[in-house]
Amino acid sequence: MTKPAQSIITFENVTKRYGKVIAVDNVSFSISEGEFFALLGPSGCGKTTLLRMVAGFENPDEGRILIDGKDVTDTPPNRRPVNMVFQSYAVFPHMSVRDNVAYGLTVEGVGKAERLRRAEEALALVKLDGYGERKPDQLSGGQRQRVALARALVKRPRVLLLDEPLSALDAKLREQMRFELTQLQEKVGVTFLIVTHDQDEALAMASRCAVMNRGVLQQVGAPSDLYEFPNSRFVADFIGQVNMFEGILSRDDPDRAEITCAELTTPVFLDHGVTGAAGSTLWIAIRPEKIELKGRKDGEAKPIMEDAPEGANVEPGFIRHISYLGSESVYEVDLTSGRRIKALRSNLTRWDQEDFQVDQPVWLAWHACSPAVLLS
Amino acid sequence: MSRSRPGPLDYLARWPLRAWMVATTVFLYSPLLTLMVFSFNNSRRNIVWRGFTLDYYAQVLGDDSLIQAFINSLTIALISTLFSVLLGAATALLLWRFRFPFKAGLEGGLALPIVVPEICMGVALLVFFTKVLPWPTNMVWPFNLGVIIIAHISFSFSFVASVVRARLASFNREQEEAARDLGASEWRTLIDVILPHMRPGLVAGGLLAFTLSLDDFVITFFTSGPDTTTFPVKVYSMIRFSVTPEVNAASTLLIVITVALTAIALRLQGSDGAAATAPH
Ligand SMILES: Nc1ncnc2c1ncn2[C@@H]1O[C@H](COP(=O)(O)OP(=O)(O)OP(=O)(O)O)[C@@H](O)[C@H]1O
Ligand SMILES: [Mg+2]
Repeated sequence: MTKPAQSIITFENVTKRYGKVIAVDNVSFSISEGEFFALLGPSGCGKTTLLRMVAGFENPDEGRILIDGKDVTDTPPNRRPVNMVFQSYAVFPHMSVRDNVAYGLTVEGVGKAERLRRAEEALALVKLDGYGERKPDQLSGGQRQRVALARALVKRPRVLLLDEPLSALDAKLREQMRFELTQLQEKVGVTFLIVTHDQDEALAMASRCAVMNRGVLQQVGAPSDLYEFPNSRFVADFIGQVNMFEGILSRDDPDRAEITCAELTTPVFLDHGVTGAAGSTLWIAIRPEKIELKGRKDGEAKPIMEDAPEGANVEPGFIRHISYLGSESVYEVDLTSGRRIKALRSNLTRWDQEDFQVDQPVWLAWHACSPAVLLS
Repeated sequence: MSRSRPGPLDYLARWPLRAWMVATTVFLYSPLLTLMVFSFNNSRRNIVWRGFTLDYYAQVLGDDSLIQAFINSLTIALISTLFSVLLGAATALLLWRFRFPFKAGLEGGLALPIVVPEICMGVALLVFFTKVLPWPTNMVWPFNLGVIIIAHISFSFSFVASVVRARLASFNREQEEAARDLGASEWRTLIDVILPHMRPGLVAGGLLAFTLSLDDFVITFFTSGPDTTTFPVKVYSMIRFSVTPEVNAASTLLIVITVALTAIALRLQGSDGAAATAPH
């Protein structure tokens, strides 16, 4: 993917307080033209607040927001070049679908013929052609959402803001809308800024995500960056599944490092250096699919990982639970320290699921490049 | 199906309840029915049926002072309704939209005209308009009705405000923000989005104000003068001598007009009330 250079929204040290609650805490980052950008985080972390500050319904207590390089602090919502799809859709119940979609053009003073043409165009874009005469109460929830989308897109905004657009839809429709939203975004080329607390949704749709926690921006990056290179325990844990171990940096060279964890029998070996003082506490995170399962028999020598010194990155354990999920199986394994961890294994053939049974002794092994080291 | 405890609606099928309902209907409607029937009775004494006549309606329509009272009543009702709806809607919007000091006090004060006994309101207004702010007498019609109109507005606007305030509570604020987001100014938003939502409340409130004003007796009695008699006050002065068939006829006319207006208003409210309360 080519990286677009032009930054369209910039947050500069934005802080927003509600009484004693700090909803958004000194957030700085920018969004580039044409991105499908997702704001991701648990409930109450300040995503909606951030989005509403872009739309102009709230103003930052500190810092500023730039749209197209212009400070919009004093610009009211009706003069900002952004449009929003609300969580409740907020379709006007007393207006027909067409009037709803054309509303933004009506207040702008666009002529009637032009208005109708663009409204029809927008309705076609969201696959609602022929629904113009209907009243919103004659539409399904999914259709009302499309009206809200068309109504916002008809204004040709610089950025389209969407607050939890899929949360009110049923699972099947949600799946479909994910796909349609990404398609729509490619088609119209408008920058999308979407708020969600569903990490799958964010990873599937977004070209870049910002992860927030309690008002603080934790990490900004492409979905794969967040998943493979999380910068904190929070991000590692929030995105996907993870096995986390606390440890002490016992050896640190430019091209290798070792971390001693109380819950593991041997130090974790890494094929890269770590930025941290020797002896400091840090955490390692290993994703379940990056842990390999091997059968283990009594008295058998420990298998050796080719990219680690003898004995490192291999741990003995017992399978305690197996969840067969069709395409893959999740194995819950107890280590000798009693710590339970998860390993995920793809069922590459139809017999793979029979390789391991509950209570079977196994080796757990991972590559020296697999664990993510987290300093906070 | 096995025998089970009756649901709340099943009770309607039981005889004590039916009897009770019949009784209420009888006590509620038979006086009205009697009144209407005897307005057509060809006898000055309202006791036995002596045949059908429209004479008393002719007399009512020929009675200039009664007609004048009737016109006064309608004028007062129309003007006070107009102002009550405007004031009430503005008050409701203020209470709904803004936070300000003493808001709770204002909200409580709004209920005052509803709970204060009417007779006290009447006396208070009488004292106020004779002692504190004397309304000039001998003004031309309809300005001579000013005192009554103000008195009516002062109690009926709080009814309107309560009704509209309740309606506004169900407004989805995201709709207002959506309008702003799409480029509408605050005024435009008020007119295009908030007012349409308020409409059923405005109609209901207006209806309430109109009927309250039209049939108000106590407050009007204290604030009306010799030239500014309203219909209820006039009827009262007529029955002080005896309940004549003219009174019956005049009352029947008033009932018919009120019921007709109510039906029209409810119909108006019903049609867009349904659209406005649709799930969003
Ligand atoms: N108008 C408000 N008044 C007071 N506190 C508010 C207001 N709006 C938000 N907050 C607080 O600010 C914090 C962030 O809220 P926000 O709505 O931005 O969270 P969110 O990330 O969108 O959560 P969710 O996923 O539940 O929608 C919360 O603690 C919330 O209680
Ligand atoms: Mg939210």
